[in-house]
Amino acid sequence: MSGFSALFYKELLRFWKVVVQTVVAPVVTALLYLLIFSHVLEAHIEVYPGVSYTSFLVPGLVMMSMLQNAFSNSSSSLIQSKMQGNIVFVLLPPLSYLEFFLAYLGAAILRGLIVGLGVWVVTLWYAPFQLPHPVWLLAYALLACAIMAAVGIVAGIWAEKYDQLAAFQNFLILPLTFLSGVFYSIHSLPPFWQAVSRVNPVFYLIDGFRYAFVGQSDTDPGLGLLVAGACFVAISALTLMLLKSGYKLRH
Amino acid sequence: MSQATPAIHVDDLRKRFRTTQALDGVSLDIQPGEFFGLLGPNGAGKTTLISILAGLTRADSGQAAIMGHDVVRDYRQARRALGVVPQELVYDPFFNVRETLRIQSGYFGLKHNDGWIDEIMHHLDLAQHADKNTQNLSGGMKRRLLVAQALVHKPPVIVLDEPTAGVDVDLRRSLWEFVSRLNREGHTILLTTHYLEEAEALCGRIAMLKSGRIVACDTTRNLLQLTNEHCAQLRLDGNDVPVAWQDRLLRDAEGGWRVNFSEYRELETLLADLRGAGVRVTEMHLQEPDLEDVFTDIMKRT
Repeated sequence: MSGFSALFYKELLRFWKVVVQTVVAPVVTALLYLLIFSHVLEAHIEVYPGVSYTSFLVPGLVMMSMLQNAFSNSSSSLIQSKMQGNIVFVLLPPLSYLEFFLAYLGAAILRGLIVGLGVWVVTLWYAPFQLPHPVWLLAYALLACAIMAAVGIVAGIWAEKYDQLAAFQNFLILPLTFLSGVFYSIHSLPPFWQAVSRVNPVFYLIDGFRYAFVGQSDTDPGLGLLVAGACFVAISALTLMLLKSGYKLRH
Repeated sequence: MSQATPAIHVDDLRKRFRTTQALDGVSLDIQPGEFFGLLGPNGAGKTTLISILAGLTRADSGQAAIMGHDVVRDYRQARRALGVVPQELVYDPFFNVRETLRIQSGYFGLKHNDGWIDEIMHHLDLAQHADKNTQNLSGGMKRRLLVAQALVHKPPVIVLDEPTAGVDVDLRRSLWEFVSRLNREGHTILLTTHYLEEAEALCGRIAMLKSGRIVACDTTRNLLQLTNEHCAQLRLDGNDVPVAWQDRLLRDAEGGWRVNFSEYRELETLLADLRGAGVRVTEMHLQEPDLEDVFTDIMKRT
């Protein structure tokens, strides 16, 4: 699997060389969300009894940042390589489609985790440290990043232009992450939107991840993990199928 | 020619892109150690053929193998045996020259390849740019880096897809010296180029493609003998050319004369006739047939 390690290393080096843009910027963005929303809402809202709004918001922001950055890493790497033409550098060597998948997936997961950790660390100044369920945290963080990393691979392979990828991001990823209970509990929503939220897989990721931090959630975290696991298996299967067929990469 | 496994084996390859038949039944064997030229006008199917060999494109039907390894079934061995210099001037702006070459080695499973990387960088004059980001390289240097990338895994078969398009004379010369050396050391070279004089000078054998079919495939020497149209350019002292030659002697733009002939005897007769008519020859240039004539001829005929 040494072809894999070279591609994995290349993908890590790629985002690490522009760490300000790929890690620092999303951490700052998350911090701004925290400052604004907690300033406006802290005194007015208590979502769960005994949990301040800031403590409620932090896990959601951490998860949102992980999701967006895991997606962003694999998708932008692929679209850039395709637009620039240097995708041939990875298509000419004897890399298997599985190595290809695992390398892009692994690097995107790592970027998601690093950004998530960064967001969490800076928010520690605003919300007290608490972590009743660290194993849940790890499981959810990994699965969430893995799902979005794979979605990013699919998007990066499918998109032929930057604006197609931007559309994917703006009309799919962003609504899914924003409308998933990052900033609110879905119990505050009218019944219709509650039902809609329950078919959004990202809702389960955020809800279960929050459970790891505050010990309370809108739905059973076990069920959430099951949904997340199923999503990951499904999207991975799709990605591997596309890669094996050479869809849009080998004509 | 030896009966060993061909370096490149192509059998009845067909490939259609929507409305165009890019390859229409191409068969070809290139033996180990050959310097082989693939010529043809734009859109003839050269790049499609190379892309199929490299696994970048999948053929609709037919087979292709590199050193006996099928490019689809045994793609790992086939790609290990093949180094491709792509036509487009592509690079990854995130990395410098050395990183690019190390990463490329890694894709082929080569971990400690610095000795060879240094050697290729030295031969391609890239050594002083080793730490330069690839986007800061000049066009010529980017081209050299592409050549270096194709060689990191010491492939026995090297494919160069129009490597000298838009490249200055110096680089072209040093590139050909280097590639010729690789060929002498035993590497099989497959070259596509628009510069026919390059192909004539370098390639031992040449195939010509037109509309996805091979319309000629022979040694360069045999191809050159296909046409025996020599041409003489003359300047004459006087305009009263002999009547027998009036149809064959053509005025050229500079006030001189041109005559096409296939055997030197004819030239001898012409000179004798001119002398007989009292016309002196003040200047004469002979043009040997070159690959361009053959190429133009074949493309017209087929």
